Amino acid sequence: MLYTCLLPACQSEQHLGQYYTVPPSHFHTVFPHGLPPRYQQQVKTFNEGCVMVRQPALELISHLKRADYSKPTLRYLLYGVKGSGKTMSLCHTVHYCSTQGWLVLHIPDAHLWVKNCKELLPSSYHASRFDQPIQASNWLRNFRTTNEHFLSKIKLRQRYVWTKRESTEEGRPLGELVDMGVSRVKSSSDVVGAVLKELRLQAGGTEGGFRLAVAVDGVNGLWGRTTLKKEDKSPVAPEELTLVHNLRKMINNDWCGGAVIATLSQTGSLYAPSSAYLPQELLGEEGFDSMDPFVPVPVSLYSEKEFESCYLYYLDRHWLQHPHSQTEEGKKELIFLSNRNPSVLERLCAFL
Amino acid sequence: MAASGGRTVGSFLWKCGNCCFNFNTVSSNLTRQVLSRQLCVSAVLHRKNLAAAGPEKFSEEFIKKQVEEFNIGKRHLANMMGEDPETFTQGDINRSIAYLFPSGLFDKKAKPLMKHPDEVFPKQRAVQWGADGRPFHFLFYTGKQSYYSLMHDTFTKALAVEKHQDRLRGKDLFTQDAKQISLVGSRWLLKEELEELLVETISEHDYARFIQLMERLLSLPYCSVEEDFVQRYRRQLEIQSSKQQVQPLQYDQHGVAYSTGDGKQRKTATGTVLLRDSGSGSISINGTNYVHYFPVLQDREQLMFPLHFMGVLGRFDMQCSVSGGGHSSQAGALRLAISRAMLSFLSEGQVETMRQAGLLTPDPRIKERKKPGQEGARRKFTWKKR
Repeated sequence: MLYTCLLPACQSEQHLGQYYTVPPSHFHTVFPHGLPPRYQQQVKTFNEGCVMVRQPALELISHLKRADYSKPTLRYLLYGVKGSGKTMSLCHTVHYCSTQGWLVLHIPDAHLWVKNCKELLPSSYHASRFDQPIQASNWLRNFRTTNEHFLSKIKLRQRYVWTKRESTEEGRPLGELVDMGVSRVKSSSDVVGAVLKELRLQAGGTEGGFRLAVAVDGVNGLWGRTTLKKEDKSPVAPEELTLVHNLRKMINNDWCGGAVIATLSQTGSLYAPSSAYLPQELLGEEGFDSMDPFVPVPVSLYSEKEFESCYLYYLDRHWLQHPHSQTEEGKKELIFLSNRNPSVLERLCAFL
Repeated sequence: MAASGGRTVGSFLWKCGNCCFNFNTVSSNLTRQVLSRQLCVSAVLHRKNLAAAGPEKFSEEFIKKQVEEFNIGKRHLANMMGEDPETFTQGDINRSIAYLFPSGLFDKKAKPLMKHPDEVFPKQRAVQWGADGRPFHFLFYTGKQSYYSLMHDTFTKALAVEKHQDRLRGKDLFTQDAKQISLVGSRWLLKEELEELLVETISEHDYARFIQLMERLLSLPYCSVEEDFVQRYRRQLEIQSSKQQVQPLQYDQHGVAYSTGDGKQRKTATGTVLLRDSGSGSISINGTNYVHYFPVLQDREQLMFPLHFMGVLGRFDMQCSVSGGGHSSQAGALRLAISRAMLSFLSEGQVETMRQAGLLTPDPRIKERKKPGQEGARRKFTWKKR
């Protein structure tokens, strides 16, 4: 039995190793920016998005189901070797959260905010910080796509003044704030900060009644070093970036009514050796202290059953064209060459 | 004429023995000796004209004197090294010379050499004619007397065999299935070897005719009469795989069989492998997983080759350590080490198939030396017309 048709909410241990299809309608709303690029190409090729049900994702979902949301937020950290499926598990959980009606704050890759930034503006709100208008406005746009139905429901509790002439009053819907951030690119980073603050305040509230899921991919980028430089060529520390500063406040567990799910990523990380994959190595001391306490969720390579399932899926989709790959011998070769690493296997099968 | 080759150390040692290690005087003597004597080398290696250069350059007494000097030098060398002169073999001589005269040169022929004069000086023909100028051999004026006399001998033997056959037919004792000479595992003499035997040059055409004649002799049913004559002109082929040493399997505490592949070289990379039986196909290299150590697919395929060839992909666990070289040469070194380690798990026939697949041969290619006057090993400087 290769496929289940159940949504993440109804999946359980019996469905381990089986694929479930994400309905196409959900694709553009839930995942405008979160999926790994190679998986996006695969979705385009196969004309459907199938995700395998795996142990780490199921574990996370069961934790989320049983957690008590009146207590401070629990933080979950997915870690594993490169290519073992951390981002995919994160996306699986995000899909679950969105089907349950949570508000999802999905940051696709925190490393994008600490490197390769073309424009750095000094912040208007705080003198020593720097803004990143492009990244912030991109993210706000995607956030708007993800959480359309929430934007009109949530009302602001505070008045925000952007410039001498513009301000957003109390009681306006969040959507207006987001639209303003998208259109006024210069102040988009501050808008992001305001959005995060509002959501933090309102998440656990009884009258609003929504749950907030903060999903951050590549969370170790928030505490490392950046490649950005100020005009006098001195390096910028991550705290000096507005986006990073606000995000760190979100990750602190001083609010309740939601969950923080994070993944470590070595691929985009700066100044980290390629063999590092444990939390201590990648987060550094500072990051570890701020993330502590958290629930670590290890993501391992494919087990025998999972490998079998992936192989059958590729066969089913006629992705493995080479006649030898369809034999037992070919399967053993694939196992050896990829050592059951999901991404390596995917790259291997791409040219077969 | 003769190419420069090894320096014979025989005379040097003879002087040594006499002057009790007085190097200063000996060295001047040596240079004088060397300048006056011509240096030469075994002919088979160099394919030069054997004795066709003309009358002999080295007289018989000269060769005898060289042999005496060599023997005395051998005894002196044995005394120097503190070993018994009676049982001093050529191998011991080579070792002692390599110890006393360490050479950093790469070319084997350029290193100091002490061998029996018969191996050093090419074989000479004695003078072919007498005092009155009349040649001894009746075929002298053909120019290639030994070759033609050999052809005549072979043909005579063929005729003799035919006559023997006719006699047997006459007595009605002729049978088709007489005992045949076994030719398996041997080959005809090469042209160079034949030249060395006959001490004269022959052309390819001549060599072809000789082989043709021998084949004709062998086609007769009763050629086994002349077996000794034929075997003189054949050489045994060595069976390659019998040279391979297969280590016996070792067992560790839990009864699991394991075997080690010794450090294999491939272009300055060395690798060692510890193969364990009844495993799951996990491989760790220098402590890390092989998928992370060799991100390139080609290197992993190299590792897979010996196991896949034998069809034992998921059977072994491997612990490898490798150092030196680049990623490709490390993969090649590990491949060799894996094949060597696998030998103890396989049967004879499988060892032979592995050898024929080239899995057991160490790759001799190394980085070629940069030559002076060129930019690299092969690349020349940019050619400017003016």
